[in-house]
Amino acid sequence: MVAADEKRADLRPALAALGAADAYLIALLAVESTAAVLALLIAGVAAVIVAARFGLVGRVARAFAAHEDTLGLFAVAALLVVAAVFHSDHFVLLLLVTVLLYSTAALGLNVQFGYAGVLNFAGASFFGIGAYAAAVLNTFTAVPHLVVLAIGGLASALIGCLLLLPVLRTRGHYAAVVTIAFALLFKTFLEVNDVLGGPQGMPVPGMALLGWSFNDNIEIGGIRLSFYMSYLVASLLLLVAAFIVVRRLERSWIGLNFDALRLDETAASCFGLDIARWQITAFLIGNFIIGLAGALFGMVGGFVAPNNYTFADSLILVSILLLGGIGNPWGLIVATFIVVVVPEKLQGIQEYRFLLYALMVIVVLLFRPQGLLPRPVRHYFPGRKP
Amino acid sequence: MATSGDRLGGAGLALVKPGTCAGRAQLAMRHRVREKGRGSRPEAGSVATANTMDIGLFAQYVMNGLMLGMMYALVAVGFTLFFGVLDVIKFSHGDVLTVGAFTALATFVGLSRLGLESQWFDLAVMLGAATLAMALLGMLIARVLVLPLRGAPPLNTLLITLMLGTVLRESVRLFYPQGANPKPFPALLPRGSVNLGDFHLRFDNVMMLAAGVAAIAALQYLLHRTKLGLAIRAVAQDEETARTMGINFTAIVLVTFAIGSALAAFAGVMNGLYYNEINFGIGLYLGVIGFSAAIIGGLGSIYGAILGGFLFAALQTVGTVLLPFASAYKDVFAFAVVIALMAWRPTGLIREKISERV
Repeated sequence: MVAADEKRADLRPALAALGAADAYLIALLAVESTAAVLALLIAGVAAVIVAARFGLVGRVARAFAAHEDTLGLFAVAALLVVAAVFHSDHFVLLLLVTVLLYSTAALGLNVQFGYAGVLNFAGASFFGIGAYAAAVLNTFTAVPHLVVLAIGGLASALIGCLLLLPVLRTRGHYAAVVTIAFALLFKTFLEVNDVLGGPQGMPVPGMALLGWSFNDNIEIGGIRLSFYMSYLVASLLLLVAAFIVVRRLERSWIGLNFDALRLDETAASCFGLDIARWQITAFLIGNFIIGLAGALFGMVGGFVAPNNYTFADSLILVSILLLGGIGNPWGLIVATFIVVVVPEKLQGIQEYRFLLYALMVIVVLLFRPQGLLPRPVRHYFPGRKP
Repeated sequence: MATSGDRLGGAGLALVKPGTCAGRAQLAMRHRVREKGRGSRPEAGSVATANTMDIGLFAQYVMNGLMLGMMYALVAVGFTLFFGVLDVIKFSHGDVLTVGAFTALATFVGLSRLGLESQWFDLAVMLGAATLAMALLGMLIARVLVLPLRGAPPLNTLLITLMLGTVLRESVRLFYPQGANPKPFPALLPRGSVNLGDFHLRFDNVMMLAAGVAAIAALQYLLHRTKLGLAIRAVAQDEETARTMGINFTAIVLVTFAIGSALAAFAGVMNGLYYNEINFGIGLYLGVIGFSAAIIGGLGSIYGAILGGFLFAALQTVGTVLLPFASAYKDVFAFAVVIALMAWRPTGLIREKISERV
């Protein structure tokens, strides 16, 4: 068989899967009653299990591995279709924005956890640093808001620098406690200080670009678009940029170094890798991405408060990573959809969501420790058969 | 530690509802707790002038620090025990403490419904129920979650116990009646005190300290004077050799988890009696402090854990004294010191012996 034919044949199952996922997502977001949501969820799980039984999932995965760039474009288009369907629905669009920004933050965590193996149990704290930076800068200064985003990321990376020494010098459990202590410290600090609004938090003025305020509804030719549409586009751009960066990073020799030092530090240093240097690189890049997402998230929500950036929220980010399959960016986007959308649609379980996430992670760890979509073997040349 | 569903809103939808009442309630609680240990704190200038006051205040601080240290030490000893036999950190340890304290509270409520109001009897039953229940819970955790993951990467054990902690914490919050709010804990110990100048030596504090010392002494006796203790130490030293000597490894691990968890329940009851209030978040807080204490002392050594517990309490007390303008920052200071200590001595003050074989 000619290689080109095989490639073309490969693309179709992935497109079908994307289309099905798109339709499913629209249906899930559109239905209101709990019974319908539950029925849809059960149907979805059943469909995936049946597809896996017939080997369809494997074909989709191979198609994604072979045509990642093309399919990435299609995935973006699919998301825009969902957004277009719900163009005037504030709630759904906010939900989508949340998914996009949490995915971005999880991508940052993925660089630390998934590639370099640097533990970070304070993801939500660094997310919060970005959001608070945006709140302070938007309120008290006239810094352009795109620059504010970058500063949010930088602030997060810089404050992360304070943890560098203890994180680098410690291993395993000891490193975990450093970041856990930081998460608790951060929240306590936000609560007791007076400058940043204390436990009440502070408002964040919305984003404005070139005189165009993101917080105004948009009207084009009689069609009213929710103001969240502009945030959605911004978040999508951020996610795509972060995704490309993370993917390139993974594929480059930097990613190779990360993998080497995660798998065996001793061996990696024997081959001349500077462990500390690559751990620092991963930690700072990860924190930068998390802070960037946090800054935009702060502007979207319009409010920052300590209770949004607790240790439990950091654990949610980690559970997203674990559920998706550590190290697989596609997997974690799927996982973010599950973790964010399902509890919102099932209002009854809202209250129980931390409990359910935790139980879910325990079950995943016991029965499928590699996550829903495990990280595939590294492809140096996408599309080429080994 | 914060409560209520309107926090992150899953999708952060609740951002419009900032600063929940729970956050404020918690702050108020912390405030009260601080005040209790201190009495009325004079201005910095007057401390130097009033000498007797100085000593009374000093004694008050010391007593407060000792009580905190005892609780931290009891938690830290648990971490050290688990690390000793299995080389794992059980991050749910603090939340086992919470569940223990709430078990005691539920027992008390049950007893008062039955009309049994004798305080010593109540206390004994509460303590018995809490320690027994937590010993069983500890064994269950070891059996179901920790032992099956022995071959997995350490990250998985870490995550599974962290998540189990969340499950326990959230279960208390959601399923204990009104569990999201701080609950009053009955003051069952005699309330009297001896006045030594400005210093009120409270009987209940003395009794709790004595009970803590007794618990640690009992553990010490168990570990060093009994056959069971010998087996635990053997397993901690070398699992395989212990097995070849006919020691039932699984049984010893389960017993160790039972002992550690019972100690946590004991500390939980003590915490409740001391503050006369418990909430579902104490476990996370005490757990992280207990773990830090165990680490400061160097994991795997009981004495190190006890030392670490008291050292951490001393740090907190010193933090309160030295930063009078910012006593609200006490916890920030304490956690910052933990992070700094980890940077300075990555494996604890009493260094763990590490040799990596390639």
